[in-house]
Amino acid sequence: MFKATLAALLLIASPALADELRGTGDLGLIVEREAGSLLVVDRSERAAIGRIEGLGDLSHASLVYSPDERFAYVFGRDGGLTKVDILTRQVVRRVVQAGNSIGGAISDDGRLVAVANYEPGGVKVFDAETLELVADVPMGSKTVGIADAPGSRFVVATWDTGEVWILDHSTDAAQPAVTKLEGIGANPYDALLTGDGRHYIVGLFGEKGLTQVDLWQDPPKVTRFLPDYGKDQPDLPVYKMPHLQGWTLADGVFALPAVGLHQLLWVDADGLAEIARTDLAGQPVFALARPDKREVWVNFAPPDNDKLQVVDVLSHEVIDTLAPGKGVLHMEFAPRGREVWLSVRDENRVEIRDTRTREVLGEIEARAPSGIFFTDRAHRTGL
Amino acid sequence: MARLAFLLVLLAGTAVAGPPDAARQDQLRHMVRQDCGSCHGLRLTGGLGRPITAGALAGRDVEDLSGVILDGMPGTAMPGWRPLLTEDEARWIADYLLKTETE
Repeated sequence: MFKATLAALLLIASPALADELRGTGDLGLIVEREAGSLLVVDRSERAAIGRIEGLGDLSHASLVYSPDERFAYVFGRDGGLTKVDILTRQVVRRVVQAGNSIGGAISDDGRLVAVANYEPGGVKVFDAETLELVADVPMGSKTVGIADAPGSRFVVATWDTGEVWILDHSTDAAQPAVTKLEGIGANPYDALLTGDGRHYIVGLFGEKGLTQVDLWQDPPKVTRFLPDYGKDQPDLPVYKMPHLQGWTLADGVFALPAVGLHQLLWVDADGLAEIARTDLAGQPVFALARPDKREVWVNFAPPDNDKLQVVDVLSHEVIDTLAPGKGVLHMEFAPRGREVWLSVRDENRVEIRDTRTREVLGEIEARAPSGIFFTDRAHRTGL
Repeated sequence: MARLAFLLVLLAGTAVAGPPDAARQDQLRHMVRQDCGSCHGLRLTGGLGRPITAGALAGRDVEDLSGVILDGMPGTAMPGWRPLLTEDEARWIADYLLKTETE
């Protein structure tokens, strides 16, 4: 009798549960920038499983994930900050917090979301649960390269004034302790934080070279490096700014996309000296290490944005040139590097390739796709 | 095959002088949205680059703007697009920017 009742209960309960219960560790979001929507994808199925609409102007959009990998915070060009639920595929909350923004970050405890703004500049920090404003930090400049550092800190560079600001929210979220570093260099255009949260590296558009800030030192130590790169040859036009997130430390070496040169620069992480250069097919935009760090994959600015090149980390040589199609905007590796997803904007599709055989494993229709973001980003520092 | 045809159109579009034909105009509109949009925003309302909506460009003329498009603005992040565009195409884009109402 008891058994029969239990079985009946299970029958009633289980169909819904079987459909609805699921993990999010193999999910991801793909930005459809013109449509203002996000495609929800399942890596295991290599398929789209839904779409979230109504996110405004998503040109240059990026996003970060909550620690439970259920919610994403989407930073739109139009200053919109949108919290979406990837399981129910709904917009949970949305605020238009500025006129024009460039990116954001989530604190290491998952409680604060910071947005870097072009207009009116500075950084605004929000409660991750409610999206209520927690702190507003004007900086008198457009801000770029915002990253989350350990200890409820955010690090950001200022385009107009050449500074790096460190906001420490650990004592009082609403009144962050500010450390301002001046003289970083002319027009920082992007920055990256290494995965250990130690080195914040700033790319400069207004002058040659790069700047490293060592956040382990107190006060943080500022070091310029590669002061001469590119000076001996005429600069080529840059039709799309390189992105620095994803410049990865591979084998003790940084692989950096040059600005105005069709080259990848290899820099020893300890001494910050250049050790090699690799000639490439165009102006590199992203230079991303495969998660095992054995190869660096590079995509390009127009007119070479139909290609990808794969560079060997040990030999620094291009070992493969792929032609996925028109407008290869972004690459995202599966967390353990087995496959790579490529957005091919002008062909309205995402292509999935095996990272070793380079074979095409699948394809997903998407509307002018740009950024691809897998949920494992939730657990990585500096994204 | 479709890709080959597209490539041929692309080659024809850049090689031939004179105002761009309908197919090339489509490519140029796409370029404005996507490639100019990298810095100026998909809706041209600005980003790293300044807004280039018709409203924001009021008072500028085609010659002046096409010069900026072809040769860039030294000292800023605006590159010269001369390697990718003819002068007629740059003038067409300038005219398009001045006349197009963006949302």
